Amino acid sequence: MRRLRLGWLGVEVGATALIVAALWLYTNTNESYAVAPLGDVLESFRATWLFDHVGSDAVPSLVRMTLGYAAAIAIGVAGGFLLGSSAVANAIASPVVGFLRSIPAAALLPPAIVLFGIGGGTKVAVIAFVCCWPIMLNTSDGVRELDATLLATARVYGIRGARRLRLVVLPAVAPRIFAGMRTSLSIAILLLVTSEMVASTNGIGYFVFQAQQQFSVDDMWAGVLLLGLLGFTLNLAFGAVERRVLRWNVRDDRSK
Amino acid sequence: MLEVVGLSKSYGTGAGATHAVAHLEFAVEELEFVGIVGPSGAGKTTLLKCMAGLLEPTSGQTLLRGKPVTAPPPELAVVFQDYSRSLFAWMSVRRNVLLPLTNKPEIADPARVTEEALAAVGLAGFEDHYPWQLSGGMQQRVAIARALAYQPKVLLMDEPFASVDAQTRAELEDLVLRVREQFGVTVVLVTHDIDEAVYMSDRVVVLSRPPSTVQEVVTVNLPRPRDQVETKALPEFAALRAQIYETIMQPRAVQLA
Repeated sequence: MRRLRLGWLGVEVGATALIVAALWLYTNTNESYAVAPLGDVLESFRATWLFDHVGSDAVPSLVRMTLGYAAAIAIGVAGGFLLGSSAVANAIASPVVGFLRSIPAAALLPPAIVLFGIGGGTKVAVIAFVCCWPIMLNTSDGVRELDATLLATARVYGIRGARRLRLVVLPAVAPRIFAGMRTSLSIAILLLVTSEMVASTNGIGYFVFQAQQQFSVDDMWAGVLLLGLLGFTLNLAFGAVERRVLRWNVRDDRSK
Repeated sequence: MLEVVGLSKSYGTGAGATHAVAHLEFAVEELEFVGIVGPSGAGKTTLLKCMAGLLEPTSGQTLLRGKPVTAPPPELAVVFQDYSRSLFAWMSVRRNVLLPLTNKPEIADPARVTEEALAAVGLAGFEDHYPWQLSGGMQQRVAIARALAYQPKVLLMDEPFASVDAQTRAELEDLVLRVREQFGVTVVLVTHDIDEAVYMSDRVVVLSRPPSTVQEVVTVNLPRPRDQVETKALPEFAALRAQIYETIMQPRAVQLA
């Protein structure tokens, strides 16, 4: 088992190395001005992101995303519980929610700028607004589908009120909340970059856009590389947190 | 100590209503073991939920020591069929048993009570495991331990052994017979298995097809402690199960004729 896993790891590392090598070769021989040699991109990456522009661009981006994402989780979970536990609230809200969540995320940027200006708050608000829907819908489904036996058990043993919410209902719905959060995370990164390209004076998205406008192709690619790494890392971190919080949620998966 | 008085339960209203149980009437004595059997769809689970205060009867009531049951009383515990939904999957075995005890301020030492209950069902040493790390039979033992630690006067069991394999089933039957004496608890067991009802009970309440009424109450005078091999080999055992089987099948035979 262990040897097999090591074998797969070897394949992954090997394939990645091959692809990087091919990319290196291709970018070094390509004459187009848009294709920067990989070595130059890495050099630009080092010069820009280790750690010259971290404070001025990377940190503001991360702060905006964290705030927007956190707000989306709070709104989504609270709203999801409301919609999931009240058929009336759900009937009233579901057409509106259905419409709002269908608006393509980037389409909200122009009105948001008119409404709130181009400050950091606008980006936080847009991220929160768009990212809350997947969490809200997943949470409300989870609350609606709460198992009758589980709830009966809580009733029989006098587990009520806040204790019931915290110790029984919330953990039972947690897998659904996490499913929504995972979807929202990708949207959050996407919106962060888009909003920084459209309306910003700093941030990683802004940096990439500026680099393109100034024909600094190395810097542009270096920014894209950073965003890729950022997304990759966030997904890994998310997976680690999810596995830790939901380690009990293995139900039918006994194969491991 | 537990009386079911004129209890009826219908789902829906008017012509489309389903009458699950109709005017049920029986009593369970202190420390008695009563089995409830009936043909499938006979509203056994409905009856149990009404007795537990989980479901409001359409008419009639359940009295626990003379007091009407309107919500699950603290003197009562329930073991459900589906342990995987009844246990809190995100909590260790210990926490699963411990959590309900916060509803019982009179239990002075919940940690010790938990330990004793888990030991009684043979799960000492598994306190820090999670339900998913245990087999189905062991998970149902956790649910039984949780019910025992709660120190109820009445234990209601809804098809508690229906989701485990035959051998585990026999083990759990004997376990329940043993611990009910150790913990001094009155048990009402709903089951579709006539053998199981006869093997475990002092009396068996036989329900009719829905809308279910009490068709017969059979007294089981088999010697205790019961034994899976010896008790089931007794001619009285065979006679009792034949009697109950015929009672359950009778109305259908009449209808077909």
